[in-house]
Amino acid sequence: MAEQPKIEPFAVKDCALSAIATGRRAQNLRELRDGLLTVHPGSIYYHFWGRLLRPSFDDPEYNNDFASWVRHRLHDVKLAERLGVIDPAEFGEIEALRQEVIDVIEERLDETEFLSWAPRDHQFHFIRAQTVVFDTRRRLRHPRELAAMVPGLSVGSIYYHAVDARRREPQGVDDFHAWLARFGDRYADLSARLAGLDPYFVTLTELRDQLSSIFADYFKGNGQ
Amino acid sequence: MTILSEYAGVVGEDVVDHLRQLAAPLKGMKVVHVNSTRQGGGVAEILSWLIPLQRELGMEARWEVISGKNEFYQCTKHFHNALQGNPTLIADSLLQAYEATNRDAAEELGPVLRDADVVFIHDPQPAALLKHFPARKGKWIWRCHIDASHPYRPVWKYLRGLVAGYDASIFSLADFAQMLPHTVYLVPPSIDPLSEKNMELGPEEIHGACARFDIDPARPMMLQVSRFDRFKDPIGVIEAYRQATAFIPALQLVLAGGGASDDPEGEAVLAEVRAAAQDDPDIHILLLPPDAHRTINALQRAADFVLQKSLKEGFGLTVAEAMWKGKPVIGGDTGGIRLQVINHHTGFLVNSPEGAALRIRYLLHHREKLAEMGGKAREFVRQNFLTTRQLREYLTLMVGLTHGAEDRVRLG
Repeated sequence: MAEQPKIEPFAVKDCALSAIATGRRAQNLRELRDGLLTVHPGSIYYHFWGRLLRPSFDDPEYNNDFASWVRHRLHDVKLAERLGVIDPAEFGEIEALRQEVIDVIEERLDETEFLSWAPRDHQFHFIRAQTVVFDTRRRLRHPRELAAMVPGLSVGSIYYHAVDARRREPQGVDDFHAWLARFGDRYADLSARLAGLDPYFVTLTELRDQLSSIFADYFKGNGQ
Repeated sequence: MTILSEYAGVVGEDVVDHLRQLAAPLKGMKVVHVNSTRQGGGVAEILSWLIPLQRELGMEARWEVISGKNEFYQCTKHFHNALQGNPTLIADSLLQAYEATNRDAAEELGPVLRDADVVFIHDPQPAALLKHFPARKGKWIWRCHIDASHPYRPVWKYLRGLVAGYDASIFSLADFAQMLPHTVYLVPPSIDPLSEKNMELGPEEIHGACARFDIDPARPMMLQVSRFDRFKDPIGVIEAYRQATAFIPALQLVLAGGGASDDPEGEAVLAEVRAAAQDDPDIHILLLPPDAHRTINALQRAADFVLQKSLKEGFGLTVAEAMWKGKPVIGGDTGGIRLQVINHHTGFLVNSPEGAALRIRYLLHHREKLAEMGGKAREFVRQNFLTTRQLREYLTLMVGLTHGAEDRVRLG
């Protein structure tokens, strides 16, 4: 019988972000669109996902900075709703996400007779992030160890493995999912449960709780 | 007990573990901070907790202070005002004194700065040091604590020439930043939960502070802590109080600020505030000494909620201080207040005395909501505005900067 290939242990990583000013600003919708056309791709990512790891409120009205600024500084509720519903997890490539935001804004520009201007001190600042990833030296050899380990993970680790992974992994899945896939179909049921998570509409602590609960439930009934 | 373990008691062990791991690649690094005062002011306050924490995390952290003659301080005061947008002309003799002070300091601190792995230069006072170290070994970072969003251009042109050559700079908010030909990091300031200003106090001390100033603890009280400065709008606060007391006559107002003897405009504003108060026994105007941290702490804890009705504000850390004590804040919709007061969640953002009066009445009529918002406010500060968060961001950018400027730095 052929020997099963050895599966690498799961390496628990952690990360932290530094916010960096790009120097680009927008005071009206056209300037926002123009900024979006050329700004560093990391800025698009930051304004959708970076809020999870920066000073922000757990229960925001909108889940991305573009929608929030349009609502509160340009007072365009309709556009804010259209932008707010964009789920970045649906876009494999950051460039596709950038184009979607631009399309939504251009559609609104076509509908708009006059541009609203934000006050001087309420401009939109395009920010990007530098991510520092570090190894916690913790290793998991068996998936059942996830049940004990995940509840104690830092929010940085949750961000790295469950959010950031989606742009690193070719399949656009989280790291847990990708690791379990290496065991063949053995954890297909567990992977299906993980696939049902939507990290965009929860905080990192809520996401940690949801992951913990999935792993605890699964391994309680399946001691494999 | 180590300092980090004390913080772990407040923010949780996982946050402190995260700091230790992030700091691991910086162990043994020589880190030097330079500013122009060891006592007084926000920068000295930050450095007094940052240096011991960096040391405990294994770095060789030092704090150096440059000092000069009167002309040097006159010049840097002009820089400060100009960065905040006030048109100000600076005599050549003052600029010469500024450059001479930096030259002398460069000579004195030469070996320390030349050998450092990371040098943080705080604010404009020591900014001219850089040009005296063409063969420096480490990364030099200019940390601007001032709101430089709309600087007086002729002075900024001069300062820009001094700071453009740094490897990076740090501003508190994107709104406050100027673009420079290097990486511009954004790091909001923070409050220290273990300091006298923010530590837990017993009920006796809180009641004692109320008794000292004739504040009735059985009646509602609201507080604004700030200098007597027109941008803090103390007159607007009194207007809001008057509109609210028409419906809630038991309400008391405390305006607590520092002494104004060295600030002619402060004295004038204080006189206006006293005139507006019209000897109302329920308006308490308190002039407190600069080291009255525990008194401020006690008053913030005694208040039902806190106001920071500024018309213009830097970051406004008194907001985070109040929120850390579980108080919702009614704040002006300006500067860093907007980052701390999340409208309808941790307090209210207002744009007029009428707006403030409306929110005052709302909070006093909805006690359960007031308590809920206070709880959210404290948790929001715990997550975002404590020293550990600011330290994490300093460590992150130090790791990033010393490992190249890529979007992603992988360690280990």
